[in-house]
Amino acid sequence: MTDNNHDIEQPEGRVPKRVIGTPSPATGTSVLGGDERPGDRGVPGVVPQSEETARKGERIAAFCFLLTLLGGIAFIVSYVVFQVGDIDSARTSNVALGGSLALALLSMAAGMVVWVRLVMPKYNMVQERHTMASDGQTREYVTETFKHGVDESGFVKRPLLRRTLLLAAAPLGLVPLVVLRDLGPRYSDFPEKLRHTVWGEKTKNGKPRRLVVEGTGAPIRAADFNSPGGILSVVPEGYEHDLNALAKATLILLKFRPEELKSGTNLNWTHDGIVAYSKICTHVGCPAALYEQTTHHILCPCHQSTFDAADGAKVIFGPAARPLPQLPIAVDEEGFLVATADFAVPPGPSFWERGDAEATVRENGGHA
Amino acid sequence: MSITTVPKPIAGTSSFLDDRLGAGNFLKRNLRKIFPDHWSFLLGEIALYSFIVLLLTGTFLTFFFKPSMGEVPYEGSYEPLQGIMMSEAYASSLHISFDVRGGLLMRQMHHWAALLFIGGMMVHSLRVFFTGAYRKPRELNWLIGVLLLTLALFEGLTGYSLPDDLLSGAGLRITEGVAISLPLVGTWITFFLFGGEYPGEDVISRFYSLHILLIPGILLALITAHLILMWVQKHTQMPGKGRTNENVVGAPFYPAFMVKAGAYTMFTFGVIALLGAFAQINPIWLFGPYTPADISAGSQPDFYMGFLEGSLRLMPAWEINIAGFTLPMSVLIPALVPMGIIMTGLALYPFIEQWVTGDRREHHIADRPRNNPHRTSIGMAAVTFYGVLWLLGANDELASFFHISLNATTYVGRVLVFLGPAIAYYITYRICLGLQRSDAAVIGHGVESGVIKRLPTGEYIEVHVPPNPGIEAHMRGKAPVPMLPGADGDGDGERNGVPPKQLRGPLGRLRVKMSRAYGGEKIPLDDGHGHGEEHAAIGSGEDRSLTH
Amino acid sequence: MTRITAGRRHPLARYAVLLLALGLLGGLYTFVASTTGRADASIAAGRADDVAEGKKLFQQSCASCHGLNAEGSNVAPSLVGVGAAAVDFQVSSGRMPLARPEAQAPRKPPPPWVNETTIRQLSAYVESLGGGPTVPAPEQVDPAKGDQAKGGELFRANCIQCHNFVGAGGALTRGKYAPNLSESTPTQIYEAMITGPQAMPVFNDSIITPEQKRDMIAYITGVRSQVDPGGAGLGRIGPVTEGLTAWIVGLSLLVLAAIWITAKKRQAK
Repeated sequence: MTDNNHDIEQPEGRVPKRVIGTPSPATGTSVLGGDERPGDRGVPGVVPQSEETARKGERIAAFCFLLTLLGGIAFIVSYVVFQVGDIDSARTSNVALGGSLALALLSMAAGMVVWVRLVMPKYNMVQERHTMASDGQTREYVTETFKHGVDESGFVKRPLLRRTLLLAAAPLGLVPLVVLRDLGPRYSDFPEKLRHTVWGEKTKNGKPRRLVVEGTGAPIRAADFNSPGGILSVVPEGYEHDLNALAKATLILLKFRPEELKSGTNLNWTHDGIVAYSKICTHVGCPAALYEQTTHHILCPCHQSTFDAADGAKVIFGPAARPLPQLPIAVDEEGFLVATADFAVPPGPSFWERGDAEATVRENGGHA
Repeated sequence: MSITTVPKPIAGTSSFLDDRLGAGNFLKRNLRKIFPDHWSFLLGEIALYSFIVLLLTGTFLTFFFKPSMGEVPYEGSYEPLQGIMMSEAYASSLHISFDVRGGLLMRQMHHWAALLFIGGMMVHSLRVFFTGAYRKPRELNWLIGVLLLTLALFEGLTGYSLPDDLLSGAGLRITEGVAISLPLVGTWITFFLFGGEYPGEDVISRFYSLHILLIPGILLALITAHLILMWVQKHTQMPGKGRTNENVVGAPFYPAFMVKAGAYTMFTFGVIALLGAFAQINPIWLFGPYTPADISAGSQPDFYMGFLEGSLRLMPAWEINIAGFTLPMSVLIPALVPMGIIMTGLALYPFIEQWVTGDRREHHIADRPRNNPHRTSIGMAAVTFYGVLWLLGANDELASFFHISLNATTYVGRVLVFLGPAIAYYITYRICLGLQRSDAAVIGHGVESGVIKRLPTGEYIEVHVPPNPGIEAHMRGKAPVPMLPGADGDGDGERNGVPPKQLRGPLGRLRVKMSRAYGGEKIPLDDGHGHGEEHAAIGSGEDRSLTH
Repeated sequence: MTRITAGRRHPLARYAVLLLALGLLGGLYTFVASTTGRADASIAAGRADDVAEGKKLFQQSCASCHGLNAEGSNVAPSLVGVGAAAVDFQVSSGRMPLARPEAQAPRKPPPPWVNETTIRQLSAYVESLGGGPTVPAPEQVDPAKGDQAKGGELFRANCIQCHNFVGAGGALTRGKYAPNLSESTPTQIYEAMITGPQAMPVFNDSIITPEQKRDMIAYITGVRSQVDPGGAGLGRIGPVTEGLTAWIVGLSLLVLAAIWITAKKRQAK
């Protein structure tokens, strides 16, 4: 950078002219210096508005408040006029009520801002701060008083009093915890509950439980589910609306061409290329049911765990660590699909007591 | 026209109250309490007033909502669901939406207010962080704020689950899946929360009690404490002319600040009403009733839970089995670690900074973010970390909207979540130093006036003028970031002799090293010379122009 | 003339052109959609001719990928046995012929040679190769005859995991996606279910009956034409756009308000 500081003689009072195309030295909130005036930042005090400004502010604020009045009336009128009871009238009512309310509130806000800015004086007042800490004398006094109190109460001097009080408080403190016990169920073998689903139970007349279509409740004839690339969301017969049962027992039923199935799938548990997997994701339990028939990917929409349906639903992407459990299925004498046993491993998300159930199954040759 | 006497009703009430409460003493000290003016100081008020909207609209909703999971057939006026079996909670939410006048508006305003409540808290806490307003004596209020933010997340989560539609059920299922994966206590917590197996019949009414009584009660108490502390400690102020660490400059509470706050209340209410009227939120009738068997594509939590959703999506599969027990790391890590990092980091930051800088003084002047570059960079790194997780929480919508591969977004996210904060740190640091340099240039050489002058030698120069005194004072409010006494040697702590005891040992040396990096003045202002008087001043009447 | 030329420069002109184009496109769709249903009836009449004509069309526009006799190739599947419904779905929605290889064939305006007749002829040819699902009759897909509530239950059980709760679509793995259903005609929805185009699985008639499919069509078309009672629908994709609105509209407005309230007052003139 060259040193170009030179003294230049300039005629008194001549202000340098602005070059065309550059911003004016005086525009808006530029960082250029300006004249100090009373009420400007930095000069303490209260500077009243000029009467002209104040009157203008009064008029604008009054106009805003009248709008608020109108908005308020419009709200009440809309409430009476617009009845609800179907989608279209709900929309009309919502727009009328919300619109009038917003108008009322926002114009009130605007009016108040104008009031502060144009009617009230400009403030630039200064107030002292004091450190938060109290002075040494006060602290000393409090310390002394505290010590006196301890002595007077005898809390330190009389150990029997102290110890029995503390002892007495202990069970009382446990009361709030104890009364919460019945938040949970009476049983405490939670892990056992998580290991079984209704697929393991026989129906009332002792037959294996049928798979039925979610939404219609119709049993599924294996011969009808015959289009390769087909998928069905399936629930247990008799539990179509039992959410507790569905949370563990919902299935997806897939139809493959026999040659598409790979070694991960337990073929003994399939019927004619039909495979049933738990629909409950092994990550945190969302229903994993986005199925691509071309790639055989099952995708969970929550966290995008992806399973290969042709290969025992093994995980190929995402946070799930275990395959979707496969349900052993067969057909009954009428040709409907039934579950021959429960899942070999607990379906759904992992839990502390679960253990490596898959390894146990592998060791036992495919059985739980 | 000014009033000469206080109107009778007001005078009467006032003396009634003063006789019984001694309110006069309090008012004498506080009516003209000074509040500094800066737009960013109002951000916390968004959360405050949204909370009021939440209380009001929420109370309205409780008049009609039935927190029951009992199954009933729907018989209301929304045709596509008529005859469908659903929980009473869902049926009554539909009833509020379609069969109560103003019900839909209240539901929508409640939900929008909830988003603005947490959004307001987030921008407010960022303002406090970047200006260093959490420093002594305000650490306690900062901790209350962190607690408020955490509680607000739980308040949001419990509220999100109440309507019992298919979307809220998906959120509940994920909550259950995360809770049950906790080591040792997971199954217990889950079975106690749900009163048995998921979903059971209790969770809605339990969440309801938490959502309308327990958590809002605590929130209200903490908000009150937050405001009282702010009131007692007085607000921080931006550096500027006449503003020191020992004063407050601004407008008095009565009447100016009172009306400003009133106006902002109305703005917040109004914007929420505007959104409630014209932007549809949480259309539960489109989702259908909850069943654990179904889910919709693009099931998302509300934005404030998005970062947890994103971290769950980012995590690769990992599960550990030891001695018959299972640790689902791909649930535990993403559910606990980012939240832990962010919340613990926020809570501890004031104390860590104090430990590093050794600064035990009270601070009432806010830092400009550029003037503490490391803090600002750490903040931006955290924002980026959060932002990447947040973005990844919506990666399916991003993939489908921009036609990119879902898997690609995950791979990119896995890298960005580590790389992004580092890049953000570096860039922010450079920007801060750049801004400091530009401040130094303004102080040292004045402002480019846009005026070109021709010198007798024929050379053209631009005239520099001194900056506006207010702005100069604002810039000069900068102070070096404090350092430990042992660390301020010029890159060599040993020069001052033996370091004090607590700075010896590996931790002490680390502390000195961090202090040296964190503290100090990176770009000193041209100090003590006035407005660059070494430069030739060009006299032109009152206009003291400077050339450079 | 000059007025038109001047009008071209009007800022609204491009929107007018866009609207016109969209209108034409919509008209074309409606035309195609309303006529495909009738293809069935005429197959019997001119069957032999149609097959011959269809084969010609096939060899002109499809054979380069699917093979001269629709036997498939390494870039395209065999069309033996896919049925008339698949042809009608793919061609009437513009997915086939494919413009370029992608993860998935997108919906697009069909090429000019596509019309009721050519689709019928192509369908007849492909059907002659090995049968397969046929194009549904108009009353089979008439939304007015379906039960929305029942259809909604089935839609939630089988469709929304990919297509979203109102059929707004969603992402699948590796660049594939479930398309938005907003433009799909009732016939196309039906055909998609029975043929399982691309990644979509098959929902055959013996498990989800034609009546149930009609219920689902009634729900899909009913919900997509339904107004949003709460205001702007924000794309009906759930909390992502809601969060975005809260930040971009809600918080921004409030920040602007804060700036206005605290703005430094201008100097009096």
